[in-house]
Amino acid sequence: MTANAIDARGLTKRFDGFTAASGVSFAVERGEVFGLLGPNGAGKSTTIRMLCGILLPTSGSATVAGHDIVHEPEAVRARIGYMSQRFSLYLDLTVMENLGFYGGVYGLSGDRLARRADWALEMAELQEQRNQLAGNLSAGWRQRLALGCALLHEPEVVFLDEPTAGADPMSRRQFWDAIYALREAKAAVLVSTHYMDEVQRCDRLGFIFAGRLVALGSPPELRHLRRREQIIELYCDLPAAAAEALRRKHGLPFARLSGRGLHVTMPESEDAADRIQAMLEADGFRVGRAREVVPSLEDVFVDLTREDVDAAERGPT
Amino acid sequence: MSERADRPAIEVSGLTKSFDGRPAVDGVDLKIARGELFGLVGPDGAGKTTMLRMLCGVLRPTSGRAEVLGFDLARQAEEVQRSIGYVPQRFSLYLELTVDENLLFRAHAHGLPQKVFEERREALLSLTRLGRFRHRLTSALSGGMRQKLTLAAAVLHQPAALLLDEPTTGVDPASRGEFWEMLLGLVEKGTTIVVATAYMEEAERCRRVGLLYQGRLLKCASPGQIQREAGLSLLEVSCEPLRHGRRVAEATPGVRWVEVFGDRLHVALNPQGTVEAVRGALQQSGVEIADLVSIEPGMEDAFFELVRSQRRAET
Repeated sequence: MTANAIDARGLTKRFDGFTAASGVSFAVERGEVFGLLGPNGAGKSTTIRMLCGILLPTSGSATVAGHDIVHEPEAVRARIGYMSQRFSLYLDLTVMENLGFYGGVYGLSGDRLARRADWALEMAELQEQRNQLAGNLSAGWRQRLALGCALLHEPEVVFLDEPTAGADPMSRRQFWDAIYALREAKAAVLVSTHYMDEVQRCDRLGFIFAGRLVALGSPPELRHLRRREQIIELYCDLPAAAAEALRRKHGLPFARLSGRGLHVTMPESEDAADRIQAMLEADGFRVGRAREVVPSLEDVFVDLTREDVDAAERGPT
Repeated sequence: MSERADRPAIEVSGLTKSFDGRPAVDGVDLKIARGELFGLVGPDGAGKTTMLRMLCGVLRPTSGRAEVLGFDLARQAEEVQRSIGYVPQRFSLYLELTVDENLLFRAHAHGLPQKVFEERREALLSLTRLGRFRHRLTSALSGGMRQKLTLAAAVLHQPAALLLDEPTTGVDPASRGEFWEMLLGLVEKGTTIVVATAYMEEAERCRRVGLLYQGRLLKCASPGQIQREAGLSLLEVSCEPLRHGRRVAEATPGVRWVEVFGDRLHVALNPQGTVEAVRGALQQSGVEIADLVSIEPGMEDAFFELVRSQRRAET
């Protein structure tokens, strides 16, 4: 037994000579929301599936809720909740029928099932829709129902793999209210997401790239990862053409869209903003304003992604 | 038959689509200019997908009129389908074909001559940086690469208008940025684009944004105008602990709503609400304030305000 809710030590998974996860080690405590980040195909889902006791690692080990994922996968599965990107609700069953079905899967019955189903309806704010077919619910409601189903048996550790993809901003926030309620109930939550505002709400983050965990820390720690570089933000007409010019003509590979403007990552120097502005104006762009800004998590994410982009794209062939 | 350049790219009036008597899109009037980048936003189930499927000629309206690139949607749906590019929400290419084969298949569907196709294919592979993966099976591409390939396939025939239904859902931030750079590049060269999105930061890049709510077009204006017209007096608060701060702010008189934005709170005030009242309430409850400033509302704030006031009006 270990004190951590999740304790991954050197988790590695190879498929036909392709390494999807390589030596991934991290720990998550109870009452902690841990965000797993990384580009599409980096190994987030593979890591989550190993921790859930669904996929056997090639090497390495992990304990989840005090049980070994290799030797006691059933004990692990009984203590966790898992909701994936393509969560499996029965669209031709009603909300209540889905809850009843998943309750049965987790061995709940009688009073406990009724109590937990009521809890799930309240948490998901689906009381009024209890007799509607799941197939007729909008995306945000379906996601909350799927979460309710995954939490019926009061798991100690919860894995959420891109749970809010495609939901509108209000639904996503409601979903995060539920995540924070889990945190207050001292569950450990591991969540993967591509929404940067959600990333900031995690207690700690792990960034996976090409199967390896390349950064680990709190959001403020990750923001200050690159101390010898600076981010220049600028606004101009024709931002797509300007980004292309900065990359191809001016040798600034880390120029990209950000919000309505551009962000350019470059080595520290005092006149960087002025120089970039002058370059673009000489090319005929109209530049509104260029200035140094504090790096956002999105800046860190994109730079970590681009640094070794070749390695990721070598991926599966 | 060539499309008529003297008309708006898209012009619809009273456009309605009902399923089993329930309107999914309800009397929408909208005009989109040639070369415009137009964003469609709205809560889940507001009718964005239905709207786009009608505009690309695959779903027949129940009533109303629509003209796309000068073609009448009711009588010339095929011409519309041929003239536009459409990127649906669900991945629509063949997973068992390679990158090159998917492009070739699409080129045949549009009857592109071989030489024209080859030129455009090379340009698109270079733009999408997919050149190195041209012989890879589509099933082996990452989500971000698949979306770039979908976009390449949708613009092979150089459509004057491109319709996209939440194309970057589930795509990581780096790929999402590259995808949007491609979209802006097309707009900068004159393509009309209508894009539905759940990312408000993407909506802010559009020239105009339409907010759909229960099938009706509630607002249609530039992001700046929508943000101003929401008429919000807004505070950004950085405090510890955040959740407690949120509950205290929500209970403070004069506060309209509170939402979490990353590691901060956005507190919207009613006319009688004040900065001092919020600060005082937080301090009294032992919440440590690191920063409390008035800010201009963003697109996401405006979205909350519009949807909430609509829901309030209904109850």
